[in-house]
Amino acid sequence: MSKFQLNRRSLLQNSAAGILGLSAAGIAKSAFASDLTVGIVYVGPRDDFGWNQAHAVAAAALKEVPGVTVVEEESVPETIAVQKSMESMINLDGAKMIFATSFGYYKPFVLDAAAKYPDVEFRHAAPLWTDADPKNAGSYFGYLDQAHYVDGVAAGLSTTTNKLGFVAAKPIGTVLRNINSFLLGARKVNPDATVQVIFTGEWSMPVREAEAANALVEAGCDVLTCHVDGPKVVIETAEARGIKCCGHNASQAPLAPNGFITGAEYKWETIYKNFAADLAAGTVLPNFTGGGFDVDFVRSTPYGAGASEAAIAAADAARADVTAGKPIFTGPINKQDGTPLLAAGANLDNYEPSLDQTDFLVEGVIGSIT
Amino acid sequence: MADTTETLPLTAEKGRFSETLERVRRSSEYVVMPILALIVSGILFSIFLFALGKSPVDFFSLVWRGGFGTSFSWQNTLARSAPLVFTALCVAIPARLGLVIIGGEGALVLGGFAAGAIAIPLIGVVPSYVLLAVMLFASMIAGGAWIGCVGALRHFRGVNETIASLLMFYIAVSILNFFVEGALRDPSDPNKPSTAPIGSENMVGFIPGTDVHWGLLVGILLCGLLYLLMNRTTFGFAAQIAGGNLRAAQAQGLPVGKLMVISCAIAGACAGLAGFFEVAAIHGKANASLIAGYGFTGILVSFLARHNPLVIVPVAIFLGGIAASGGLVQRRMDLPDATVLLLQGLIFLVLLVSETFYGRLPFFRSKGAQ
Repeated sequence: MSKFQLNRRSLLQNSAAGILGLSAAGIAKSAFASDLTVGIVYVGPRDDFGWNQAHAVAAAALKEVPGVTVVEEESVPETIAVQKSMESMINLDGAKMIFATSFGYYKPFVLDAAAKYPDVEFRHAAPLWTDADPKNAGSYFGYLDQAHYVDGVAAGLSTTTNKLGFVAAKPIGTVLRNINSFLLGARKVNPDATVQVIFTGEWSMPVREAEAANALVEAGCDVLTCHVDGPKVVIETAEARGIKCCGHNASQAPLAPNGFITGAEYKWETIYKNFAADLAAGTVLPNFTGGGFDVDFVRSTPYGAGASEAAIAAADAARADVTAGKPIFTGPINKQDGTPLLAAGANLDNYEPSLDQTDFLVEGVIGSIT
Repeated sequence: MADTTETLPLTAEKGRFSETLERVRRSSEYVVMPILALIVSGILFSIFLFALGKSPVDFFSLVWRGGFGTSFSWQNTLARSAPLVFTALCVAIPARLGLVIIGGEGALVLGGFAAGAIAIPLIGVVPSYVLLAVMLFASMIAGGAWIGCVGALRHFRGVNETIASLLMFYIAVSILNFFVEGALRDPSDPNKPSTAPIGSENMVGFIPGTDVHWGLLVGILLCGLLYLLMNRTTFGFAAQIAGGNLRAAQAQGLPVGKLMVISCAIAGACAGLAGFFEVAAIHGKANASLIAGYGFTGILVSFLARHNPLVIVPVAIFLGGIAASGGLVQRRMDLPDATVLLLQGLIFLVLLVSETFYGRLPFFRSKGAQ
């Protein structure tokens, strides 16, 4: 009995010492000593071979800029947690600039935080900012459909069945636009090409993505691409089934050493470095910045073993055209139900605002939005 | 043993005093054991950190700073605790009957959905307090019916309530997605499928001087009420008997089925309330952001609180603090986001193991009973 009490006392003493040690360490912890601290919040893991990795690669590049400190937080859900994470970066790390990289962060969390911290600049990775929103908030976006168009050109010359497969997350504007551009690229070089699309309904649902990829292979598709948060499963399935594939978001080239053609990648580092430079120079940041190949916001993944000579040549030419401003949407184009979208000779600019709200699939895409 | 007989001839007052001391010593088991479990899991976690080459002192001081060290940290912690209080009650109340309900997340999702859905025709038509009252009741009814079904399935069909509640979570998510991406989708938001926003003027506000919404206070009051219900009423007493020995309760003529269904319905209503506050205080609309895992963390809170509604509040704050510090730990120590999940998992595991030690440690054993 007494022995136990002795243990308990020593235990108490030890833990008291521990607590003292902890608080001392807490006081000793000083703030970062640098010119600019940038906070970046991700919705998933930084090594997801997809959306988050594309941002993390850019964050790594931003860290190289002298005087810039980057603090990162991954797997932050689209709840009050993200607002608290951003505030924590501001209050505890001294962040002056926040990049919120997931779609659902914007309303209400980025808007609320921007109203609460007028001295901090908030930028969000989707074209959502409007004039009514706080001036220290804003949007940045890469028009990835331009790179999907280039993928389509390469894919159209890589298929023998003329059937291309597309695993898509949700039938929303940006996704539909990427599917349409992929088809238009393929049709440009191969008028018989079709794109079969399967929607999984979720941004990240690996099991359903694998099922969809397998179903597309069974249906005769011999090139797969996708628009989901993490394309890893789709690319690996394509490789395992012995067909070719195009990537999305980040580089998936290492996942498909035999069948990888090329991929549509964001180049967020251009945007991040621009913002950091503007802040350092003291210039007012733009509330909206977006673009494609022409401003180096998107890029194509270096060609893999799946790319033929002809595909490489055609894709390079297509990229040069888009960079020069040649429109992707050139008539005649019909919508899926046969109604005309563009007459022969008409075209839509690559930055035509109505394309942001795309709610249709073009003729040649097989699959239903609803 | 011997000293109890010796005290007999002494004054009755002294006897009563040592009796009280004895009782305190015995009941202290319920306080000391969870704290011991916490310490043991802290030690195990420190070993894990050492293996990664990180300093446990750094880690725990960051947890302190991020969760409780500043007034901002406290608000961060409390904001994260509020939903946990409700979802923990969803586990704690049926636990009195010996039921292990782990699908509170489903009731939260449906409660939030019901609140968001019923608001659609009422926004701008009725004053905000009517709107909020209707939403509140809708969420409680939806959540209550959902977990009430689990209790009914258990009683009438003998379906295991743990499995049923977990599987029904997936059904709840499907129901949410079906309506939010279909019939009840707000057409003005093309990119994130949600119900129509209730408008900032209709939302539940914050406790003055903080950015913690009123849900936390409601949760604390609810914990008190349910403590009284489970410990100071015939209903609670009957539930406890049924939980202790179902057959004996039936033999006594207790309405076991009714007790089960009502307890589960109360539990579900609590989780539904969590959904209500997510919609009415944070998001302003129902969407997939409701699925944030609060229901599952609530299981841990309830077990750590030994299903005592009064203890749930401090435990929810404790775990909210760990969650709040997760970001700081990630940013400062370059540890993956799963680190704090691992800590939570370790705590849960050690806690379950510690359950087997109740009544076995000599210190807490009654002397007289031997």
